[in-house]
Amino acid sequence: MVKEVLKLLLEGEAVSTPRMAAVLGASEADVEAALEALSTEKTLLGWRPVINPTAVAENQVDALIEVSVTPERGGGFNRIAQRIARFDQVRTCYLMSGGYDLMVVVRGANLLSIATFVAEKLSTLGGVQSTATRFMLRCYKESGFLIESAEADEGRPAVSP
Amino acid sequence: MSSLSHERFLADHVRTLPRSGIRDFFAIVQKMPDALSLGIGEPDFITPWNIREAAIYSLEKGRTSYTDNLGLLACRKAVTRYIERIFGMSYHPEKECLIGIGVSETMDTALRAVINPGDRVLYHEPCYVSYAPGIRLAGGIPVGVPTYAENQFSLNVEDLEKAWQPGTKALILNFPTNPTGGVVERERLERIARFAEEKDLLVLSDEIYAELTYDGEHTSIASLPGMRDRTIFLHGVSKAFAMTGFRIGFACAPHAIIEAMMKVHQYCIMSVPIFTQEATIEALTHADDSVAEMRASYQRRRDFLVRRFNAMGLPCHLPQATFYTFPSIAGTGLNEHTFATRLLQEEKVAVVPGTAFGPSGAGFVRASFSTRYEKIEEACDRMDRFVGKLLQAPLEAVR
Repeated sequence: MVKEVLKLLLEGEAVSTPRMAAVLGASEADVEAALEALSTEKTLLGWRPVINPTAVAENQVDALIEVSVTPERGGGFNRIAQRIARFDQVRTCYLMSGGYDLMVVVRGANLLSIATFVAEKLSTLGGVQSTATRFMLRCYKESGFLIESAEADEGRPAVSP
Repeated sequence: MSSLSHERFLADHVRTLPRSGIRDFFAIVQKMPDALSLGIGEPDFITPWNIREAAIYSLEKGRTSYTDNLGLLACRKAVTRYIERIFGMSYHPEKECLIGIGVSETMDTALRAVINPGDRVLYHEPCYVSYAPGIRLAGGIPVGVPTYAENQFSLNVEDLEKAWQPGTKALILNFPTNPTGGVVERERLERIARFAEEKDLLVLSDEIYAELTYDGEHTSIASLPGMRDRTIFLHGVSKAFAMTGFRIGFACAPHAIIEAMMKVHQYCIMSVPIFTQEATIEALTHADDSVAEMRASYQRRRDFLVRRFNAMGLPCHLPQATFYTFPSIAGTGLNEHTFATRLLQEEKVAVVPGTAFGPSGAGFVRASFSTRYEKIEEACDRMDRFVGKLLQAPLEAVR
């Protein structure tokens, strides 16, 4: 059941408990238990709606920051990465292969707030060698959802062979 | 000149051909734009992007010419490789494969290539609407063989034997079946193959829903010993790859049959649009994951819809393939046409009367699950209400 619930969550086809129960032909209690198990094992981290960033652009600026750091003996990149990830402004933090070490996605109310975060918090952390900030200008696809899609299933004949 | 007098210009065999029952019902549904439709016989998914992009790229490259009458050789190679990989049959791409306009035109081409006037052709029903008219248009005599709900609309060889008469030349198979979701398991298929050999029948096997098999494994009759040489294997990309609008079907058969089909196809169609053939190459070589995703989604919807039908009092077998359910509405006291019409009028839900697919569809309706889950759920709620009233009415009459 846990696997089946996880599959539904990943496909985004049915997210409410009653609907998942209806799709799977299971009881709501079983679905709740599966969700609980997924949370406990930290597979399911939380719930967030997927918002079109353009629709809230007046109050929100996103940036992708490439961070180069000095790995530590014994801990590698983990300690510095975890430290960076703890800031509220940081939405996503990945260790990367390639030309820099950490990819950090931050969100702020405006350009200045992100500049302040980079200059005063991120760059000053011990172990951070350099940062390169790329502001996101326009969103075309967010978490698997196309922002402006001309695709629609309307126009299909209502009855066909 | 009144329109009536134009009738005299029509060919007799066309004038007497009935219109598809689906078309009549579609005319009613079309007038109700807010109806929820479970009457749709095509995927609700849009063609995977990599396939659409391949079509766009083809046009960008200026690929706008005719192709070989048989189809682009690269497309035929992709088709034969795919058939070998999925179905286990081996065909020569240059001699034993033809690309047509969907399975409908390819089936019509096949029938016209092999049927002489007066030849009898067996087909099982309920079935896709075009088989009997297609046989008739080719000059043959269609002989319907019933299939039954009690064995999930599979085909009994005994029923084939009963329907056979001297002068029978061919047998059309469509497993998995539109509209019932019926399949034929291997053992039963082997008996049908022996029957075809005994009676020296050519088999035209439309296997368009093969990839949408949820339980068990699909076996093509052409893969059985001795059957490749007496089978025209028909398939296409419409259903599994959600490419109905691309209109691509294909036939694989021994060279002499493909050569005969090519003559019919050449004089009627010339060749299939080149960019949809190039998109088909992409589909058959790089879209297995997309097909698997769509199949998983259909399967969940199937399970839900069948559960709901049985719970609301419409007995429904679990279709092992396709995206159709075929619930019995006999217990409601209505015939399938009245049921579908009243359901549409009273609850604005469209299903297709079973008799649109042949007389054995009496007492059934076809409800498709190639519709978004939320819509299926809402349609089920409305049907539940409608059926509840019908099932309650006889009880109240008794009281």
